[in-house]
Amino acid sequence: MANYILTERQKQVARSGSDSGKMVCNKPSVAGSVSQRACVFCGSRVVLYPIADALHIIHGPIGCAAYTWDIRGAMSSGPELHRMSFSTDLSEKEVVFGGEPKLYQGLTELIEKYNPKAAFVYSTCIVGIIGDDVEKICKQVAQEKNIPVLPVQAPGFQGSKKDGYKVACEALFNLVGTLDLPVPKYSINILGDFNLAGELWILMDYYKRMGVHINATITGDGRVDAIRNAQNAALNVVQCSGSMAHLARLMKEKYNVPFMHVSYFGIEDMSDALYEVAKFFNSDELMAKARDIVREEVGRLMPALQWYRERLEGKRAAVYVGGAFKAISLIKALRLIGVKTVIVGSQTGNADDYEVIKKLSDEDTIIVDDSNPVELSNFVKEKQADVFIGGVKERPIAHKIGIGFCDHNHERKEALAGYEGMMNFAKEIYATTMSPIWKFTM
Amino acid sequence: MATISKPISSTRNACKLCAPLGASLVFKGIEGCVPLIHGSQGCSTYIRRYMISHYKEPVDIASTNFSEEAAVFGGGQNFVTGINNIIKQYNPAVIGVASTCLSETIGEDVDALIRDYTGQNKHTPLFFNVSTPSYCGTHMNGFHQAAIAAVARFAKSGKTGSHINIFPGFVSPADIRYLKELCIDFKITATLFPDYSETLDNVHTREYQLVPSGGTTIAELEKTGSALATIEFGTVFNRGVKNSVGNSIASAGEWLLDKMSVANNQIGFPIGIDASDKFFNVLAGLTQSPMPEKHQKERGRLIDAYVDAHKYVFGKRAVIYGEEDFVIALAAFLHEIGMKPVLVASGAASGVLKSALDEIVGPGNDICIADGSDFATMREIMQELKPDIMIGNSKGYYIAREMKIPLVRAGFPIHDRFGASRIHHIGYRGTQELFDRIVNALIEYKQENSPVGYKYI
Repeated sequence: MANYILTERQKQVARSGSDSGKMVCNKPSVAGSVSQRACVFCGSRVVLYPIADALHIIHGPIGCAAYTWDIRGAMSSGPELHRMSFSTDLSEKEVVFGGEPKLYQGLTELIEKYNPKAAFVYSTCIVGIIGDDVEKICKQVAQEKNIPVLPVQAPGFQGSKKDGYKVACEALFNLVGTLDLPVPKYSINILGDFNLAGELWILMDYYKRMGVHINATITGDGRVDAIRNAQNAALNVVQCSGSMAHLARLMKEKYNVPFMHVSYFGIEDMSDALYEVAKFFNSDELMAKARDIVREEVGRLMPALQWYRERLEGKRAAVYVGGAFKAISLIKALRLIGVKTVIVGSQTGNADDYEVIKKLSDEDTIIVDDSNPVELSNFVKEKQADVFIGGVKERPIAHKIGIGFCDHNHERKEALAGYEGMMNFAKEIYATTMSPIWKFTM
Repeated sequence: MATISKPISSTRNACKLCAPLGASLVFKGIEGCVPLIHGSQGCSTYIRRYMISHYKEPVDIASTNFSEEAAVFGGGQNFVTGINNIIKQYNPAVIGVASTCLSETIGEDVDALIRDYTGQNKHTPLFFNVSTPSYCGTHMNGFHQAAIAAVARFAKSGKTGSHINIFPGFVSPADIRYLKELCIDFKITATLFPDYSETLDNVHTREYQLVPSGGTTIAELEKTGSALATIEFGTVFNRGVKNSVGNSIASAGEWLLDKMSVANNQIGFPIGIDASDKFFNVLAGLTQSPMPEKHQKERGRLIDAYVDAHKYVFGKRAVIYGEEDFVIALAAFLHEIGMKPVLVASGAASGVLKSALDEIVGPGNDICIADGSDFATMREIMQELKPDIMIGNSKGYYIAREMKIPLVRAGFPIHDRFGASRIHHIGYRGTQELFDRIVNALIEYKQENSPVGYKYI
């Protein structure tokens, strides 16, 4: 194993074909490793953030709120309260004497001013340590203001980003089932799409064309009342392996709502996402319509993709993203445009995800869990990747080495999901790998 | 002058960041230094992301990655593992350690952790550490705390030399490069600190430099104690916030004056002609040489530009926001060119903003001052003020967009435009660039909103 990989991390890196046995993952990041992951708070915040008519207040000193203000391109078709950043902004005085009064006052004032449908109260690192009883305050304010006020127990050190997803799901689960409105027969909830660059709307359009009713979108373009009534959908369609699976499981247990995992990236996975829903409802009509949509969309897309494929054939990609499900879709999507994936990694994948990746990948692909700049930059050089697909923190790794980059994370402003997303993805990979500027970096 | 406080106890859309970010900037300004944040993984990752989006450069910051266990029993083991792994991966010359709200609240003794580590291990990097709980002050307090910690750790007293110290505060890489050029032109050796002009705006090398080249060297930091004098930009620094080396020391320059008797020249950020004159006069005095012709001409051209554009800017009502030292300098500059700062806002609350502005524009003025403020409060005040222009970082964009007024981007962060590192703010040349941008923003606004569509304006 390469000497730049820390001893503690050796088993979190594998090569397809040569390393059998399950990958080690789901571990806290090693101190000093410069992990690309964030924390529990981050996990909960990214998941709940797109609920647009809720008040999101971060209980703690200012940093956590400042760094997550309007952080994602999660779009809303209506209210935009989620784009405000609220913090109790604890100072030394509250750290010594307790932050409960400031939280109570803050919640009361903000609810009066902004009239939200619910409030999420995120506890950050020091809240538990200074002994604030956040639950008590939430209960009190909920009673006084007559809206749900939900504690989100997210001290950064209590696990990893993935634990934050779980915490968020638990907060959401407290909302589910508190409203009971009738829904049409073919009703689904879309879980785990955050409507970055309006991607949710692209998917919703496909489902609507099929004749499927979208009940709640959790949490992209999310609304509190729709989530409160989510238990009435016939099916939870869950994207992204990590973030929303826990809510789907909780809803299965309590409300007997079945769920399925899908992905909307790439033609294959997108089409499967439609077929699987049609299959679930056991409806020939839905299936026929799904086929029509796929035929129409793919028919339109393929000639254009072929053009890109001819030009991109043989290029090599490095993929390092948050969730492993997305990584799996990306391998397939890249293959469709002739690009070979030579490095695949994720921040939060589990052992099964990595097994799927191993099987899907070409021989000697590097597979990595919870990586860092030292490893990623070495991998990219070894594998001579031409393009890196990742988030903001990976961009300088690609650019400093002198290869292309495609942002597939929260801050993207181009839709990459669905059929039109596949087209945008091809365009972006083409633009970044074919730019004439690379001759100056040789 | 009216001082406006937040109408709501919570902070809505903060106009400040947390202390460890400021400390990380200072660490990035030291050659061979890798920053380590003693706290949860998120702190370092968030700060990295925030800085990468502005600088478009790698910003590797390590974390001791507190777990639940560490939060209960202390982060000592994480600290040792973290240091070992940083050495294995980065092999840095220096490690700068910043604490967090978490490690401070549970009472971590970072001094002792470092002492233990260096006691038990040979050939370790040089360490220095700074206390930066997020609940005390803002990123600027972290910045100045770290600058103080660095000189306190490395400066050596000695026979006074002919070299000087320049501590520019939180300026852009372009500003730092300009100061270097200035030192060459004045033929003076200076310790510029912190110097992240390369580490956060580097050339392309086809390498992911783990520890990017550039930065103030430790040898230079050592020499700060025997310098002829210090020049530091700012007047607020750490004032108003408790700090570990004593309340009276608010900056690295003050520390060197107090402990090593290095004369200190505190002048505001040199933005505008008056402020730049002050700076150049200090430089001329210290070097006992006149202003080089190149800079005289830059000054002359700037005055010429003031003349040519004075009517575009006269009486225009501006909102300025950001770090206190930065907005004070901007207010003085706007005052100098006949613009009217109608709202001066900062997330920081040192309590000295009002008196500083009184000094610039005279008492009895009608500027609204919002210190300890946030963007939501600014937005509410601005409905009444009807400003013509905003000047500050990119986070004010949503207000400018809503009010349909131009925003001239300056300071930190600039997350929605390209080239933030290369924005030059200081000296005659930096003022020229800022002035041109302000004038053009006002012209563009007029042109875009005119029914005629003038080609000359």
